[in-house]
Amino acid sequence: MVPLSLYLVLSAILFACGVTGFLIKRNIITIFMSIELMLNGVNLSFVAFAAKWQNLSGQVFVFFVMVVAAAEAAVGLAIIIAVFRTRGTLNIDQVNLLKL
Amino acid sequence: MMPDLHLWLIPLLPLAGAAINGLLGKRFSRGVVTAVALTFCGAAFVMALWVAAQVFFSSLPLPHIENVATWLRSGDFSVDYSFALDQLSLVMLLVVTGVGFLIHIYSVGYMWTEGGFYRFFSYLNLFMFFMLTLVLASNYLLMFIGWEGVGLASYLLIGFWFTRDSAAAAGKKAFIVNRIGDFGFLIALFLMIKHFGSLDFQTVFDAAKPYAAETSGIGFLTAIALLLMVGACGKSAQIPLYVWLPDAMEGPTPVSALIHAATMVTAGVYMVARSHVIFEHAPSAMMVVAIIGTLTAFFAATIGIAQTDIKKVLAYSTVSQLGYMFMACGVGAFSAGIFHLMTHAFFKGLLFLAAGSVIHAVGGEQDMRKMGGLWKKIPWTWITMLIATCAIAGIPFLSGFYSKDEILWRAYQMNWVYWLVGVTTAFMTSFYMFRLMFMTFAGEYRGTAESHEPADHAGPLDAGAPAPHGHGHGGIHESPWVMLGPLVILALLSICGGWIGAHRIEQFLSPATGSVQTVAEPSAAAESALGPPASSPAEESGRETLLTGVSVAAGLLGLLLAWLLYSRMPGLPDRIAASAQGLYSAVANKYWIDELYATILVKPLIGISRVVFWRTVDQGLIDGTLHASADSARELSDEVRHMQSGNLRSYAGWIAIGATAVIAYMVWVGTR
Repeated sequence: MVPLSLYLVLSAILFACGVTGFLIKRNIITIFMSIELMLNGVNLSFVAFAAKWQNLSGQVFVFFVMVVAAAEAAVGLAIIIAVFRTRGTLNIDQVNLLKL
Repeated sequence: MMPDLHLWLIPLLPLAGAAINGLLGKRFSRGVVTAVALTFCGAAFVMALWVAAQVFFSSLPLPHIENVATWLRSGDFSVDYSFALDQLSLVMLLVVTGVGFLIHIYSVGYMWTEGGFYRFFSYLNLFMFFMLTLVLASNYLLMFIGWEGVGLASYLLIGFWFTRDSAAAAGKKAFIVNRIGDFGFLIALFLMIKHFGSLDFQTVFDAAKPYAAETSGIGFLTAIALLLMVGACGKSAQIPLYVWLPDAMEGPTPVSALIHAATMVTAGVYMVARSHVIFEHAPSAMMVVAIIGTLTAFFAATIGIAQTDIKKVLAYSTVSQLGYMFMACGVGAFSAGIFHLMTHAFFKGLLFLAAGSVIHAVGGEQDMRKMGGLWKKIPWTWITMLIATCAIAGIPFLSGFYSKDEILWRAYQMNWVYWLVGVTTAFMTSFYMFRLMFMTFAGEYRGTAESHEPADHAGPLDAGAPAPHGHGHGGIHESPWVMLGPLVILALLSICGGWIGAHRIEQFLSPATGSVQTVAEPSAAAESALGPPASSPAEESGRETLLTGVSVAAGLLGLLLAWLLYSRMPGLPDRIAASAQGLYSAVANKYWIDELYATILVKPLIGISRVVFWRTVDQGLIDGTLHASADSARELSDEVRHMQSGNLRSYAGWIAIGATAVIAYMVWVGTR
């Protein structure tokens, strides 16, 4: 039996990778993938706790997160395609029309 | 049940005229403006006559008080919008509306060619409104409204030719000097509210009567009386606040006649006579009034001797005559003061109007040195002005003789020093008035009006009028009848005005001006309380005749001296002036009083205002605080705005750091 702490450490590593990628990357798609990585890191800790406490709530939450992530992926990718068509770039530093 | 006379209509009629002309007059022709102004002013006069008829023929009980509305109510204290008619206000009412109406008529001729014709009549009617409010008010606060209002009208009319700097400055000077006096008046009102809880004349006087006269020491009644006198000094141009009146001659001449001779400047005398109950309880204040009046009469007369501007002579003469009125009030002869007020309104109004007619005739010239020999060319002006001059000089059987004689007699009964100064002043009055007459009308013409073209004469009358106007046309000429008519009527009044007799006036006024000691024939009991040791009525009457003779002789002596100096030996005055250089220049420069005030009051005030109030308080403190708070807000924002860079990842970084901090805190709490 793998101990709970290992799952949590893996989850934290995944989340930290997501955050770091989100902060340092300039390509919108990479940033998007980093967000997915953070979500899945959280999901891992949810199922780990659900297994540990024998409680289904954690698994139910994971399904919700997956649904939201799927919806987000659909909308987000559509936006990314629209941005690329209008701006001709996916560099986030150049998508700055609203910046002061 | 008292009959309702609708007294409130009397002031309101001129206000309606002022409103119509002021709001719509710009579109009216001069004829319509004239009709409106004269109709409303004349209606007020007719109504005043009707009220007088009610009093004299229907024996209306006086005082007659009409309460129109409650104006202010605050706890126990209330002020009504109400009017009172008694003997005193009736006399004032007739003088103000009567002389005012005549001057309105005169102004039509005088101002016909001036710009701003409608504006002039609107202001003139406005003045009538405030003056009538002042006269008819039944409480001090309503009187104060009229008091301030006539000051406003005076300011507007002095500065009527506002494009001329000197006129604008004179208007401001009059307003500011008056404000000093009004401040005293206002404090007197506050003291009355404090001590009597009311401002109603009747209530205040009833409350003041039980107090003992403050013969020793100074109580609140003396304080009130003195503060009222400060107000009267401002409005009636007494020492030390007289400086505005000579400058006020910058206004059009009818204004000088109406406001600065006949009516407004006498408001102070009216107010003192009205408050006689308070003054009688404050003998030291009475003495101050008498001394101020006597000094003013004397000093203004000396200044008048050396003036060369025809209107300035009359202005100082007015100040001097007002001094007589205050002298009368100060010695307790309030009715004599009011009597002189009335006759003065006739002859001084006439003098100013005649002077206006002279100025009109010679094309706007006011310097008497450039006049002379005018009597042949403007005979009506000459004859009416001569009558007025005789009246003011105290030539027997003219109005001024009776009233001045009465004042001097009362002053003698109080203290012979007042009488002596008064007679000396009468001599000087006669001298400077006949000097004016001789310089203006006698001898050879010294001016150049014959050659004047309408466009080039630079008299003060035309400075404000954009278009060329009529004062210079066709050489020296008599004024039109619309101007001469009022002159003739006022001349008749100047002759007959005194025939009522001082005693009859006193008896008529006695219910309103009280003053037991001045009523009726001098009885031994009343006399002993007053001054010289008691003597029999026969001796008294003999002495009165003697004193009358002396004052008439003083008047005639003044005439003689003026004739000698200015008609017989025209070179002599210059030589006298040269030999008494210091004295002459002191008098000609009005004792440098204006310069003195400028040095000790105006300049320090401007300096303090500039350094302390403007630079330090306004710019340093108020602006400084404001700028500092604005600057600190901007600097703080300048620092904080870096957080909002618009860089999405920096926001995310802040969120991550924040989340880390929260988690670290929770871990720290959980592991403790």
